[in-house]
Amino acid sequence: MIKYIIKRLLMLIPVLIGVSIIVFFLLRVCAPDPAPVVLGQHATEASMQEWREANGLNENIVVQYVNFIKGAVTGDFGESYYTNNSVLNEIGSRFPATIEIAIFAIIVATVFGILIGVVAAVKKNSIIDNASMVLSLVGVSIPIFWLGILFIILFVKILGWLPASGRIDSMLRPEGGTGFYLIDTLVQGDFEAFKNALWHLILPGVTLALYTLAIISRMTRSSMLDALNQDYIRTARSKGIGEGKVVLKHGLRNALMPIVTVIGLQFGSLLGGAVLTETVFAWPGIGSYTVECITKSDFPVIQAVVLIIATIFVLMNLIVDIIYAFLDPRIKYGKRES
Amino acid sequence: MLLEVENLKTEFKVKRGTVKAVNNVSFGVEKGEILAIVGESGSGKSVSSLSVMGLIRDPGKVTGGKIMFHGENLVEKTKKEMNKIRGDKISMIFQEPMTSLNPVYKIGDQIMESILTHTDLSKADARKTAIKMLDLVGIPSPEQRMEDYPHQMSGGMRQRVMIAMALSCNPEVLIADEPTTALDVTIQAQILELIDKLRNKIGMAVLLITHDLGVVAETADRVVVMYCGRIVEQADVKDIFTDPLHPYTKGLLESIPRMEEDRDRLFMIKGVVPDPTKLPKGCSFADRCENCMEKCKEHMPALVDVGGRKVRCFLHSDEEEVDV
Amino acid sequence: MASKKVLAADGADVQEAVHIEKPESRFKAMWDTLKKNKAALFGLFVIIILVIIAIIGPYITPYDPNSQVMKEAYQSPSASHWFGTDNLGRDIFSRIIVGTRVSLFVGIAAVAMSLLIGTILGSIAGYFGGKIDAVIMRIMDMMLSIPSILLAITLMAALGKGIDKAIIAIGVVSIPEYARIIRSSILSTKENDYVAAAKVIGNSDRRIIFHHIIPNVVSSIVVRATLGISTAILDTAALGFLGLGVQPPTAEWGDMLGRVRSMILVYPYMLIFPGLAITLAVLAFNLFGDGLRDALDPKSRS
Repeated sequence: MIKYIIKRLLMLIPVLIGVSIIVFFLLRVCAPDPAPVVLGQHATEASMQEWREANGLNENIVVQYVNFIKGAVTGDFGESYYTNNSVLNEIGSRFPATIEIAIFAIIVATVFGILIGVVAAVKKNSIIDNASMVLSLVGVSIPIFWLGILFIILFVKILGWLPASGRIDSMLRPEGGTGFYLIDTLVQGDFEAFKNALWHLILPGVTLALYTLAIISRMTRSSMLDALNQDYIRTARSKGIGEGKVVLKHGLRNALMPIVTVIGLQFGSLLGGAVLTETVFAWPGIGSYTVECITKSDFPVIQAVVLIIATIFVLMNLIVDIIYAFLDPRIKYGKRES
Repeated sequence: MLLEVENLKTEFKVKRGTVKAVNNVSFGVEKGEILAIVGESGSGKSVSSLSVMGLIRDPGKVTGGKIMFHGENLVEKTKKEMNKIRGDKISMIFQEPMTSLNPVYKIGDQIMESILTHTDLSKADARKTAIKMLDLVGIPSPEQRMEDYPHQMSGGMRQRVMIAMALSCNPEVLIADEPTTALDVTIQAQILELIDKLRNKIGMAVLLITHDLGVVAETADRVVVMYCGRIVEQADVKDIFTDPLHPYTKGLLESIPRMEEDRDRLFMIKGVVPDPTKLPKGCSFADRCENCMEKCKEHMPALVDVGGRKVRCFLHSDEEEVDV
Repeated sequence: MASKKVLAADGADVQEAVHIEKPESRFKAMWDTLKKNKAALFGLFVIIILVIIAIIGPYITPYDPNSQVMKEAYQSPSASHWFGTDNLGRDIFSRIIVGTRVSLFVGIAAVAMSLLIGTILGSIAGYFGGKIDAVIMRIMDMMLSIPSILLAITLMAALGKGIDKAIIAIGVVSIPEYARIIRSSILSTKENDYVAAAKVIGNSDRRIIFHHIIPNVVSSIVVRATLGISTAILDTAALGFLGLGVQPPTAEWGDMLGRVRSMILVYPYMLIFPGLAITLAVLAFNLFGDGLRDALDPKSRS
C-alpha cells in the first residue's frame, strides 16, 4: 500500500509539471503584456521597461519558466505585481477562508446528498423520490451565482435572517490562530463570534453545496438502486435482520464506492465553484482574489493558485483511490489480482 | 405437518396486467422430509418459496391463502414478527452462490450476523458457533476461512457458506432455491449430499426448489410439479418417476437424457410457456399437450386425489376447477 | 459549473456504446421512447422556442437593447417595461431576448469545437493506443486536474474578452471530456467482432474509424453534446458574471447579472430575470439530454 502511494505521488510530478507549463504558456506567452495594466495607461515606456526588468519578464521564456519552477519547488511563487508581498503569503492569508467554505459545503452536500439519495432509492417512485429528482435537476441547472443571488434576496433582503457578505462582523474577528474562524472562535471560547461566523458561512456554504449535493444525491440514488437489487440484499433479508440494517449495512456500504468517487471529484470542482460563490458573497478567499487578480493581470498569483488547486485536486483523486482499498476488500493495490 | 401452505395466492401487478405467479397452491412438509417443488422458470416455484419466507416485495403481494407454521399463519405476521422467524426457524439458500454473499464483509462476520440477530450469544460464542457451522458443511480449516472474503472462495465453497449461514440458528425448515444450478456437476452432488446428511442430522424439513428432475430423484421424498402458477401433480418421488400421471410431468421426464436408452433425439415439450398475463382460458398446458382435448381448451381441470396422490388433468378426472 | 466529468468515471462510458442496431431502426426506437418522456419533450419544446428567439430576437424587441435612456433607469417591472430597466435605463426584457442568441451561439459553438477536437484526439488515442495514447491522455489528465471554471478564466485572462474568446475558453475546457468518451467507446468497440471482421477483410484504419467505429459511438456523443451545451451555457454565464465574458455593450445574461450585482439589496428585480433565462435554457438542454440518454440506453429505460 505504501509503495503504491509513493508510486502514485511520483506520478503526480509529471502532471503538475504539465499543468505548470500550460498555465505558464497561457499567461506569459498568450496573454497581453501586463505592464500597462499594472502601471496604468499613462505609464511611460521607460517605466514599463524598468518594471518588466525588475519582474524578470525580459528574460528568455524558458529561463523564466525554469526560474518559476525552481521557486515553486521551494514554495516561492514570486511576488504579487501590486503588493510586493510574496504570493504565498497573499494566498496563505486567504486560503483558510476558502477551505472553510469548501469543507462546510462538502459536508452539507455529502450528508444531505447521501440522505436524500438513500431515501429516494428506498422509496423509489414515491413523492420523496420525485422531489429528489427535481431537486437534483434544478441543482445542476441553476447557475451557482444566481442561486447565491436568490438566497441573498430571500434570506437577507426579504427575511433579514442572515448576513449577505463577509466572513464575520469585523469587531468579532478572531486574532491569530489558524485562520479558520469556526475553529479559532471555538478555541478562544468566544461563542458569540462563533455564532456570527457560522451565520456568515451558511448562505455561501449552502450555495456552494447545492450543485455537489445534487450530483451526490443522484449518484447515491442510482448506486443504491443498483445495490438494493443485488442477491446479497435478498440474503440479508432472508437472515431476518431489520430493514434499516439491510439498507444501510448491506446496501449503502456496497453503494459507497461510486459515491466516494463523486465526492472526491467534486471537491475539485467545488474549489472552482468557490470562485463564483466567493464573488457573490464577497467572501475573502482565494476564489474572489483570483478573479480580482485576473482582471488586474496579477499573473504570479494566478499561476500559483492554479498550481495549488490542481495539486489539491490530484491529491483528492489519490485519497479516493486509497479509500477504495478500505471500502472494497477485492481491491488490493500493488499486488496482482489472480 | 410442520409447514403447511394452503391455497396460497401471490400476484404481481405489472404494466400489462396482473400475473398470478402462485395460484391456489397447497402443499406441506413434515419434519425431516424433503419436498421438491419442480417446474420451469415462471412456474411459480421460486415465488412460492419467497412467499413462505415473507420476501415478496413490490410489485408482488401475497393476496390469499395461509402459510401455517406451528399453528400460526405467517401471512398475517408483521414485518417484525417475520424477521424473528426468518433466518432462525425458517431459512433459505439461493441459486447464485457467487452473488448471494455480500462482497465487502468477511464470511465469518456474515454467518455471525445471523447468529447475533437471533440468539443472545456473545460475539465470542457466536464466532465459535460460526466456526462449528463451517466445519459442519465441510469447509476445511474453518477458523482461517472465517477471515476470508467471498471473492477468495470458489462457487461450491460459497454455497457451503450459504448453507452454514442458513443452518447457523438450527432452522426447522430450510428452503433451498435451486441450490446447485449454478455449480459444477461434481460440486452439485456434494452439496445435495450435504443437504441430505444435514436433514438427517438436524431433523429439519427441506423445501427443495428445482427445475432438475435428476436432483429430485436423488434427494426428495415427495414431489410437487408446478406449471404456470398452479400445482399440476403431487406424488411420492417413486410414483412420479415410475408412473407420472400428468402429461407435463411425463414430458419433463422424457426430456431427461438417459444413458441406458439409445435414442436419436431427445424428447422436447412442444411450444412455449404462455404469457403469464394472458393465460389461456382452460388448462394452461393445453396448447403444449400431446393429449389435448376440446374440453381442455375451455375449462381448467381441478386438482383431484387419485389413489393417495394428486393430479390436475381431465385424463384422470372430469372435475373442473371452481376457483378460476 | 461544469462537472460532468464525474460521469466520465470510465465504466459508464464503455457501457453506452455497445449495442449495435441499424441506424434507422435505432433512431425510430429512440424517438418512440422519447415521445413518451414528457420532461424531455418539454426540454425540446423550450429549446425550439429559444432557437426561434435567437434567430428573430433582434427584430422583435420592444426597445433597442443597447439604448441608454437615463431618465428611464431603475424602473421596476411594469406594463411598458415587462422586466424593468437597468441602471443605464436599458429595457431588461429586450436585453434578455437579444442575449438568447449570444448564449446559444457560444454554447453550441463551444461544444462543436470541443467535440471536434475531442473526437479527433480521442479517436487517435483510442485507435492507435500505445505511446500516442499515453501522451494524449496525460495531457487530457493535466487539463482535467484544473477545475474547469478556473481553467476557463485563466484562458480568458490570456485571450481577452469577446464572444470568440469565450467560445475558445469554454470549448477548450471540455475537450478532455469528449476525448475520454470517444477513446473509451472506441476501446470497447474495437474489441467487437465486427471490427475484427472488418480488419480481417482488409479495411484501412481510416475506413474502420469512420465507417465502423464512429457510427457506433454517435449515440453516446449526441447525449454528451446535448448535456454539454447546458454546461457551456452555464460557463458562458459564469464568465459573463465575473466580468470576463463579452465586450460591452453586448447583452449577455451572465454579464447582465454581474454588472448590477452590487445593487442586489436595492433593486433585486434586476437580478431575477436574466438568471431565470439562464436556468430555463440550461434546464431545457439537461431535460432533453437526459431524455435522449434514457432513449438511447435500453438499460436505463426500465
